[in-house]
Amino acid sequence: MISQAPPDPLSSQAKPPHCLTPAIAVKPLFDCLKQCVAQEAEGYLKQTGFREIEHTADRELEVWAPDMAQLLETAARGMNVISGVLTADQVPQSRTIQFQNADPETLLVDFLNELLYFVETERLAFDQFHITETGGIWEARLSGKPIISQEKEIKAVTFHRLEVRRTEQGLTVNIVFDV
Amino acid sequence: MVPIKEIQRISEYEWEIPQSYRNEMRGAVRIFATRRLLEEISGDKSLEQAVNSTTLPGLVGNVLVMPDMHQGYGFPIGGVAATRYPEGVISPGAIGYDINCGVRLLASQIEYESVVDWLGDLTTSLYQHCPSGVGESGEIRLSEAELEKVCVEGSHWTQKKGYATEMDLRRTEETGRIAGANPSKVSPRAKSRGRPQLGTLGAGNHFLEVDIVEQIFDPRAAQEMGLQEGMLAVQIHCGSRGFGHQICTDYVREFQSVVKRYDIELPDRELVCAPLDSPEGQNYLAAMCCAANYAFANRQVLTHNARQAFEEVLAGKVKNWHLFQVYDLAHNMGKVEDHKVNNEVITVCVHRKGATRAFGPGSPGLPPEFSKIGQPVLVPGSMGTASWVLVGTQESMERAFGSCCHGAGRVMSRSQAKKTIRGENLRQELIQSGIHIQAGSLAGLAEEAPQAYKDVDAVVQTVSGAGIARKVARLTPVIVIKG
Repeated sequence: MISQAPPDPLSSQAKPPHCLTPAIAVKPLFDCLKQCVAQEAEGYLKQTGFREIEHTADRELEVWAPDMAQLLETAARGMNVISGVLTADQVPQSRTIQFQNADPETLLVDFLNELLYFVETERLAFDQFHITETGGIWEARLSGKPIISQEKEIKAVTFHRLEVRRTEQGLTVNIVFDV
Repeated sequence: MVPIKEIQRISEYEWEIPQSYRNEMRGAVRIFATRRLLEEISGDKSLEQAVNSTTLPGLVGNVLVMPDMHQGYGFPIGGVAATRYPEGVISPGAIGYDINCGVRLLASQIEYESVVDWLGDLTTSLYQHCPSGVGESGEIRLSEAELEKVCVEGSHWTQKKGYATEMDLRRTEETGRIAGANPSKVSPRAKSRGRPQLGTLGAGNHFLEVDIVEQIFDPRAAQEMGLQEGMLAVQIHCGSRGFGHQICTDYVREFQSVVKRYDIELPDRELVCAPLDSPEGQNYLAAMCCAANYAFANRQVLTHNARQAFEEVLAGKVKNWHLFQVYDLAHNMGKVEDHKVNNEVITVCVHRKGATRAFGPGSPGLPPEFSKIGQPVLVPGSMGTASWVLVGTQESMERAFGSCCHGAGRVMSRSQAKKTIRGENLRQELIQSGIHIQAGSLAGLAEEAPQAYKDVDAVVQTVSGAGIARKVARLTPVIVIKG
């Protein structure tokens, strides 16, 4: 149940990139995280964050955010934490990717798998996201740096029990990663 | 979660969730486990996933689960499901992202006692010759044309390049080349991921291990395989790397709409599938065969590299440093096979995810030397613990679509393992127990700790007790190489 009808959390709000602290204890991986002011992060966590759920063989994240664009961004940050990527202190590189509008679950899987492809083929990890939706086309402007080390290989983002659910705060989803 | 009270005991080693448990089930779930192993697996979602898998259209008989079963995504790890060919379905998620992840076993006539002093050098050399770890590339850089040859020819491509012997190919499932591969059904993305990765182990639970043949249980079968007590053996565990991951990703995505086109309803979107006789199903099968052949070639190149390491360290120090193939088999695969069901031989597509083929004596496709003993089944244990060599039986043909378990099976989550086990402590424990180890990541090492897995001896005792495999030899590790 959504307390206020507009805006629809499944559409993009074209918000600027946010800094946030992950809901699990990890050392900060990106400059963005380091720059977060604790107070801001605390308030933001109520609306946006992720935490790891126990899974026997693979890795599972619960991710929540006020809208779809921020859900995509937060899931990407969570995936970076699972990967354990460390990036080089170099000039950031930008990439832009586009997606056709699809159901929220497919959109999420497409977006995260696209990032995995960059990780493997270009050894790039992104920590700045600007995600918008216009006329059914989603666009993600990404900024990131070369990976210098990576703890965990993620083979794929799965559709297993994947369901983007509406909550009073926005959206939440559980994502299982094959590792 | 499936309540234990819903599971019926068939025997000491077999249990069943009847088809009546849920309306949409097309068959029962048959579980090979002792009561203790059953209680362990009932703690996660694996049985629920097995029940979901019985809804695949065209299912023949029951969904089977092996004692190393654990929770996966969509289809459980340790699961086997046969669908009628060609009108049944093929499900990429029921095969897995690491298509033809599998194990190869090499034997030797190198006596452990004679090389103890050089095991440290051998560890270093193996680590240098066999690239491992996240994002690692191999020495081979395939052009697109060469990659397409690998897709079609598999291990036979490696033989032409000087990486394989005739015996290697003869003693590989499908001789390392599955028919039906078509590279035009593989996306450019998958090809770009596959080109630099041939001859790499990868990370996760993949490994290269040097073992001692500790105990022989079936002297005749061991002799046919070339296994002798006290001699070294080598296991290589890896798959189709990013190439296979991308192929599965592509088709799971495409099949999200395909199931709607064919009016297929499923309880989990990761189980998406297509009829085997549909263009979409045929395309996936052709792409899957490409990944399977890539994986056979991958393990073959690693075999060549391991042989180079052995030669580099042991030539001139022992009389015979050669490694010869025992067998190579897949444990994530969909195979079109003939099986006898209710006294009728029918063609089925057997999905094995975290389960191996385990053909009994006289089965088609076995090398002549194994025709009488049955197909070797390789069951690696968790890191630092024993591994097993088994053979398939007539029982496995009759009751399990010629299938068996593939390992120990996880019992503890990766995050829990990292919380409770320190990688450095584990490394020291392994070293103190006489095992040489090279690992790319201490955290990764902790995730693969023996405590995170079931007791492989109990798993093997179950398949042996159930009659779907027979014990041949037990191996214990002396060198572990991990990504």
